[in-house]
Amino acid sequence: MGALNEFLQTKGIYTLVMILFFLGVYGMVLSKNYMKKLMAMNVMQVAVIFFYLCLAQKEGGMIPIFDPNVPDAASYINPLPHCLMLTAIVVSLGTTGVAIALLMRIKEVYGSVEEVEVIRRASK
Amino acid sequence: MIQHCPVLIVLLPLTAALLCLLFSKFNKNLGSWLVIGSIAGSLACSLQVLHQTLTSGEAIHYWMGNWEPPLGIEFVIDPLSAVMAVLITFISLMVAVYSKPFMRKEDWLHIGGYYTLYGLLTVGLCGMVITGDMFNLYVYLEVMSLSGYGLIAMGGKKSMLAAFRYMLIGTIGASLYLISVAYLYAMTGTLNMADLGERIMPYLSSPPFALAVACLFIGFGIKMALFPLHGWQPDAYNFAHPGSAAFIAGVMSKVPAYAIIRFFFYIFGVNNPIISTALTVLGILGIGGVLIGSIMALAQYDFRRMLAYSSVAQIGYIAIGLAIGNMYGFIGAVLHIINHAFMKSALFLVIGGIQYRFGEINLYRLGGLNKKMTLSTITVTLAALSMVGIPPTAGFFSKWYLMLGAYQGGQYFYIVILVISSLLNAVYFFRILEQMFVQHEASLTEINRHEGKLGLPPEMAIPILCAGIGILVLGFYSVDIVDDILKSGLPEVFLR
Repeated sequence: MGALNEFLQTKGIYTLVMILFFLGVYGMVLSKNYMKKLMAMNVMQVAVIFFYLCLAQKEGGMIPIFDPNVPDAASYINPLPHCLMLTAIVVSLGTTGVAIALLMRIKEVYGSVEEVEVIRRASK
Repeated sequence: MIQHCPVLIVLLPLTAALLCLLFSKFNKNLGSWLVIGSIAGSLACSLQVLHQTLTSGEAIHYWMGNWEPPLGIEFVIDPLSAVMAVLITFISLMVAVYSKPFMRKEDWLHIGGYYTLYGLLTVGLCGMVITGDMFNLYVYLEVMSLSGYGLIAMGGKKSMLAAFRYMLIGTIGASLYLISVAYLYAMTGTLNMADLGERIMPYLSSPPFALAVACLFIGFGIKMALFPLHGWQPDAYNFAHPGSAAFIAGVMSKVPAYAIIRFFFYIFGVNNPIISTALTVLGILGIGGVLIGSIMALAQYDFRRMLAYSSVAQIGYIAIGLAIGNMYGFIGAVLHIINHAFMKSALFLVIGGIQYRFGEINLYRLGGLNKKMTLSTITVTLAALSMVGIPPTAGFFSKWYLMLGAYQGGQYFYIVILVISSLLNAVYFFRILEQMFVQHEASLTEINRHEGKLGLPPEMAIPILCAGIGILVLGFYSVDIVDDILKSGLPEVFLR
């Protein structure tokens, strides 16, 4: 049990994030519906965001707002990954917006968002 | 004012792009001229920084809001990135003027939207080459990609599908790059590229570094359409808006290649086992791309699709040049980035012109085109000769440097591949020339009739002429370009 506990404590969260990331890629490759592909893409992006947040985490660290009583930088968690991920969240929002706009046009033109159906009608 | 030139390269098109829709609402041509003017300003700034960095001989550092790096974001302009910025803004300006006639019948929303996306694409590409911050590069990568998806989707019915597929694959690429940044940041605690280059030293053979390089490699490999990852590219180039296809095909896949150069040669250095393994893989994939791309191009009858597959092959050349890993190989790769941007833009400009006038893209139906569109056929001839690699056109010199590098490095295998692919290039490009000059006149229906010597509206004819002349100029002055510009921007690895 000791080995398992240690693994979960040190690498467990990263393993979960990795599984989430590859679930996203798996869904994007294998699902036949464009909307589902888009959802899988979002799952993948969220996995990347989690990855950054895990990096910033530190045991015993406090929130990164400067307190004059605690001048030691080491006792705060790293705020930078969170800031980066704010940008990444905006980017993923933008990507999702563009994707949904494209899907709406695809639905308008081809009458479906099922991959097989769309490709059949597009090749006509 | 002069010292703010680096930031104006991205700031001018960004402001213009965001104001474009508003101005288009008042007058449907105002917004487009605003964007074109801003890109011209951006070109002037790029030329100024190129001049400045060449005369002073050192890189220009511009600190955003005067925050000192490594904490603040900086723009770093050395000769290589300045040349790339000039290349991007020049081709962008050409194609922006060129796409005006396509928009004549559209309403203000279309014109405004098109030029907004176009301006943002220019911003993204320029930002990627001049930034000195890893995460900032990701942001510009996404600006470039999102506006690129939009421009590709504007091409008509089938283009939406191409854009959506490209978006799915492109997002995987961007996410992988983001993961790579996470690993590098976790190892070194910095996002600044110059700072990273120093702090990464102790980790250069560690497993996380290998993982970071792999993610970076695949991420940019997807974006630059490296051989097994090129699936999105033929459709995207084929169905992109005919006005912007020249810019998308010419420049959009070169800038990720530049990013790989920046990371591998300037930041990490090629003298460690992980990077040299990555470069070997790059070379093998490059060979695959050169062969498969050329063979697939032979099989196409759609002119644009053929050019798209030929792009896969040309990216393969760049990959081979980097894989050779000595000075001549490197120069060959960078020179090929520049030359190929011009050649492919010229070809796509002409095919757009043919599409504008006749609505025809089947290359077996272009017989006797030399009588109808003389200027365009001359440009096609120049570009085709350059693609095959016949002196004095530009394409010869980049291939020459690649072969010189392969010879010096003792990698004769690459020379064989280069010769084979040049022959394949000759087969599929001379096929077009034969159609245009020798075959009987095909019966083409004129969609947009245009009499006169140019055969096209002047806004389209002048960029086509510029691109054709550009190929010759790049060929004649290639020695100067290499000696004065590229050699002064070589990575440190080759100077020792």
